[in-house]
Amino acid sequence: MPVRSAHVAADAEALRDDGIEFMSRLCSLGARCAIPTTTNPRSVDFERTAEVGQRPVWSERERSIVDAFDRMGARRCDTCINYQTVDNPVYGEHLAWGDTGTVIYANSVAGARSNFEAGPAAVAASITGRVPRFGFHLSEHRRATVRVEVRDRPSQRSDWGALGCLIGRRVNDYWKVPALVGDGLRPSADDLKQLGAAMASYGSVGMFHIVGVTPEARTEGEAFGGIEPVESFVVNPGDLADVYDGFQADVEKPDLVVFSAPQLSLNELAELASLFDGNTVSPVTRVYVTTSAMVKSEAERLGYVRSIEKSGARILTGVCFYIMAPHELAETFGYRTLVTDSAKLANIIAGYGFDPLFRPTSVCVEAAMTGRIPW
Amino acid sequence: MARSGGPDLVLTGQPGYGPTVEGPALVSQHGFSARYDLNRERGVFSRKEHDLFGESVVGVILIAPVSKGGIATSWMLREMASRGVAPLGIILHSTNPVIVQGAILAGVPIMQGLLPPAHQVVRTGDWVRMDPKGGTVEVWRR
Repeated sequence: MPVRSAHVAADAEALRDDGIEFMSRLCSLGARCAIPTTTNPRSVDFERTAEVGQRPVWSERERSIVDAFDRMGARRCDTCINYQTVDNPVYGEHLAWGDTGTVIYANSVAGARSNFEAGPAAVAASITGRVPRFGFHLSEHRRATVRVEVRDRPSQRSDWGALGCLIGRRVNDYWKVPALVGDGLRPSADDLKQLGAAMASYGSVGMFHIVGVTPEARTEGEAFGGIEPVESFVVNPGDLADVYDGFQADVEKPDLVVFSAPQLSLNELAELASLFDGNTVSPVTRVYVTTSAMVKSEAERLGYVRSIEKSGARILTGVCFYIMAPHELAETFGYRTLVTDSAKLANIIAGYGFDPLFRPTSVCVEAAMTGRIPW
Repeated sequence: MARSGGPDLVLTGQPGYGPTVEGPALVSQHGFSARYDLNRERGVFSRKEHDLFGESVVGVILIAPVSKGGIATSWMLREMASRGVAPLGIILHSTNPVIVQGAILAGVPIMQGLLPPAHQVVRTGDWVRMDPKGGTVEVWRR
């Protein structure tokens, strides 16, 4: 079936030499984007590779990938928040997006229709303008099947990530669709972004509903399509705090504090700017913030970049931390303990041998300033 | 390596992808993602809390209940296969599109939804012959 746009996750850390050769060969054979095509983050911020301490081979690999995308005619935005910036999804349209966070947002928040299109599959969709007709393109797969009663109401943005973590772990199936039911659930776009990214990361979930919030769930009846849920559970008071407490460190000093995954929106950068403004990052801790080039340039104009970087924190552009070959950074610098307000990053980075600590944004900022983990 | 005598167990389900392969089983009760769980240079589980931490996927039929997480597994399986450190085959109870697309691109046989569920009845070290076309998996106890 035809799709309006493709979003391709193809970073050097995933592709390595074999995937790069695959992309170059496609280009040489004349592959060109038939539909608007955006790109997910890269493994390097070309301006700051040396400062971060990445080996030059990662820039070289990324240049080959970038060259292939330029030849194909992709819109190289290098962002995992395309839905907040360059390609807002529209209700009912069909898409071929990769990066699970973009897909769950498009499906759930906008009511657009996409499956998780893996990197090579999204490239194929970009070239042909088409995808196989299955999964979330079909109404019968979009209906809620799991009822989640939320009695522990999130009170800050990272709480939505904690909620996504909890639901993802429990549902843990691409083919199940949770519907959240609860009084006073009023998430912002950034809250929904954290919720979805965490749910997709911890449970490979591709779509959720929030009754009274998301467009295919104006009522509980609409969400479930009049069919009984196959599973129900309750998120009780204290459950969200338990998600944070599930991450513990055996040292007092964080090696890294990272605000990333997904890249930060302008509103999230504004919040960080006000928290970092006039403060100084501890000399024993490195602090990274990731965003897209488009958001960064706005943040520069509005003075947020200056407030954040004057403290010693570094804003990296067009990247996401976990695809920056973090296992090599760990080896080079002895990084182990990483504090983050992203539930998603806390999940993935453990695969690279890090000890992650997931904490609310204000606690992460405190850890960055003091060089100590507050709790 | 051919097995003498009939299999101890036969699991059946829908057709999968790829040629018939056989080898020793490596069974997890957790999910699987190449980016989330593996040191891909060596094909070894590097996620400390994973029940296969330290185990190698090279030369085994990997069996798990679900595929988890992100998009990257698609590129990674192919890259691992190009260096000979990919699993011989993958059997999951529930897949997402990413692992299926990735396995097909990598040429790694993959099956899903067998009954009884493979991760519940097969044990690590059992000899497994998976026939994706026929939708059957034969198991010889070690």
